Amino acid sequence: MIKKCLSIVLAAIVIACSSSDDPAPDNNNGGTDPTDDGPIASFDRSAMLTNWADNIIVPAYEEFLATAEALQQQIDNFNVNTTEDNLNLLRDSWLTAYKSFQWVSMFEIGPAEDARFRARLNTYPADAATIDDFRTTGVYNFELPSNIDAQGFPAFDYMLFGLADTDAAILEFYTTDASASIAKIYLQDLATAMTGLAQQVLNEWNSGFATSFKANTDASANGSIDKLTNDYIFYYEKALRAGKIGIPAGVFSTDPLPGNVEAFYNQEVSRELVLEALQAAQNFFNGNGNGTGNGRGFKSYLDFLNTIKNGEDLSTLINDQFDLARTEIEELSNNFVSQIQSNNTAMLEAYDELQRNVILIKVDMLQALSIDVDFVDTDGD
Amino acid sequence: MFSKRLNTYFNLEIKTAPLAVFRILFGVMMLLSIIRFWANGWIAKLYLEPEFHFSYYGFEWVRPLGDLTYLIFALCGLAALGVALGFKYRLSIILFFLSFTYIELMDKTTYLNHYYFVSCLSFLMIFLPANRWFSLDALKPGFARQKVPRWTVGAIKLMLGIVYFYAGLAKLNSDWLAEAMPLKIWLPSKYDLPLLGDLMQQEWVHYAFSYSGAIYDLIIPFLLLGSRTRWFAFGLVVVFHALTRVLFPIGMFPYIMIVSSLIFFSPEFHERVLKFFKAALSRIKLYRAHDVVLSTPLTFRPQIKYVILGFFAFQLLFPWRYALYPGELFWTEEGYRFSWRVMLMEKAGYAQFKVVDGKSGKSFLIDNKDFLSPLQEKQMSFQPDFILEYAHYLADHYQQQGYENVEIYVESYVALNGRLSAPYIDPEVNLAEEKESFRPKDWILPFNDTINGL
Repeated sequence: MIKKCLSIVLAAIVIACSSSDDPAPDNNNGGTDPTDDGPIASFDRSAMLTNWADNIIVPAYEEFLATAEALQQQIDNFNVNTTEDNLNLLRDSWLTAYKSFQWVSMFEIGPAEDARFRARLNTYPADAATIDDFRTTGVYNFELPSNIDAQGFPAFDYMLFGLADTDAAILEFYTTDASASIAKIYLQDLATAMTGLAQQVLNEWNSGFATSFKANTDASANGSIDKLTNDYIFYYEKALRAGKIGIPAGVFSTDPLPGNVEAFYNQEVSRELVLEALQAAQNFFNGNGNGTGNGRGFKSYLDFLNTIKNGEDLSTLINDQFDLARTEIEELSNNFVSQIQSNNTAMLEAYDELQRNVILIKVDMLQALSIDVDFVDTDGD
Repeated sequence: MFSKRLNTYFNLEIKTAPLAVFRILFGVMMLLSIIRFWANGWIAKLYLEPEFHFSYYGFEWVRPLGDLTYLIFALCGLAALGVALGFKYRLSIILFFLSFTYIELMDKTTYLNHYYFVSCLSFLMIFLPANRWFSLDALKPGFARQKVPRWTVGAIKLMLGIVYFYAGLAKLNSDWLAEAMPLKIWLPSKYDLPLLGDLMQQEWVHYAFSYSGAIYDLIIPFLLLGSRTRWFAFGLVVVFHALTRVLFPIGMFPYIMIVSSLIFFSPEFHERVLKFFKAALSRIKLYRAHDVVLSTPLTFRPQIKYVILGFFAFQLLFPWRYALYPGELFWTEEGYRFSWRVMLMEKAGYAQFKVVDGKSGKSFLIDNKDFLSPLQEKQMSFQPDFILEYAHYLADHYQQQGYENVEIYVESYVALNGRLSAPYIDPEVNLAEEKESFRPKDWILPFNDTINGL
């Protein structure tokens, strides 16, 4: 009888341990085709990961790499023929690359996370004093964490728009200025670092990370769905809502901080950039990239779970809220600095609409998906 | 008449073996729990890294003690070993109860029903003569007793019975039974389980699990009590807890419950377990037999009877205190803890605090990550007492930073069992002014739905 009892306990322990620790042998549970009108029997999470990796993330990095290389080319061009026309061409390609960056910034997972991709390419406000130092001495190391605000798009922003008040005066820093040649090399190095990062992240996705990402269909906190969902929410809350609107509008400080807008020296594109980022975030929610994707994503996942739960139509609420936030932001001036100085209330209203989606995504969506926010591995009961 | 029957019951005897087996297994389980907790790095992560800790009302003086916290855990582990060996048992179990309870009181972020269960059991065990058989203490001539009062074993059975039965009663509500919530949320996310993954997507499975869970909790104490249903019941216990172990991250709890439920088996069963232990120990030459004193029955100080009766009166009544509060228990959580409400609801929240300098009128929002660990932020965001304590902490912090007449407001939303998130705390109330107490918190906004049941 003792043996019988012990063997039951042992069997239980073996079952309990083995089934939670071993990866599931086959997670592809053959989800139904979205076009199928029949009742949805189960949701194919593996197909969602495939859509995310192959149709959204990798193409977004490819696109970003292309625009970064175009930017690099314009720098080479500008450095040879340092004219106002070429400066403007260079500025255009900077903006194109900056907008393209908004489509990859949220995927801070795996290779991008290791490379501190977002921090190195878009930490603002730029540190003008350090950049001045870099462009005159030619001594810098972009890998140092202390230099994240002297590289990437904000550094370009300062170098292309912020050195002086007029274009002619800016041009002088690349022609007659004593350190003009060093400034040109600094521009090149900024671009090289950017394309290097883009290339590195893309290479790693293509040489194995995408495969392991798609294969990791675990329901645990280490599964790809949990991790990318947390990264997505972190991006939306911190980088988009707070970084692009909330912080400059003074939501987290006693006074507004207009110097903290994205693309501060350009001044004219902050709205364009946040709208681009918002579209990217909404498209990803709907399982799409920039003109890519097959719609397998959070929306279809929520819709499937709702067939079980019959609760609120959460995906529609979230999409409506994205649209509302977009409407509020579109009403702002394209120049956020003057918007904050003339009528910060409108900025705060835009923030509020972005904030409402933090609640819908972080509380309601995560609850529906049963994903822990910032998972901590302790016991529950 | 009742008290006469009670007195008769208090005079009945039973063999000591069940208590001895329970003591050994409990001690070993606790020792393993402490080692696991330490090895996982949770001491540093939960008690040393956060700069702020959430206290229980009235126990604000219980805090982590820096590196000395490790010493408390070491003490707790050693005490557990002492309990298992039956070495200076009374001292060991008292130290275990005190150190374990101190650990649990350090930060209510980590509150778990099964930690409370361990505290309750170890308190009870202080009064039980569990070292009178098969222990190092019993090697002392004349100390061993083959028989002990029957209530000493009954008390453990009653404690276990209360845990199960009350957990079952708590499930008798419309969310659990009519909506199969929260299992309808939790189970589909277990899609990667071998064999079971697809089943977890089926609605009927969610209902089946909800109902069988509730029925299991309500009847298992009775099935374990009956000698004819005992083996069947024990099989259920094992299956049930193995399943919960597979589905949910609940650590050592399933094993503790499986092992504890052995107490329901007959003394003969436990004697065979001890024979098994004896054989194992003899093989490694660590066994030494102790004397057997058959004659003198154990006497207890009469006060102990009242301690035990008082303890169980508390256990039976305390979980019902929620009825004294207005509003929905799941929403306000006033009277939720210490009531065996285990894995009962899915709740998540979001709390955005605003600091106002009352003098200048200027305000700004707080990033909770600056002050709280992710686990603390998660627990804080849907529990009013956490929200209040954190608000006070923020008020003190900014007062010290030179802000004057600091006011604290919170905009918060909570989603309960799959309902759409709704405003939680009155955003107009300056929380710096509100005091913690056992009185109802009138700044919790009403729950705009009804959950029927207990």
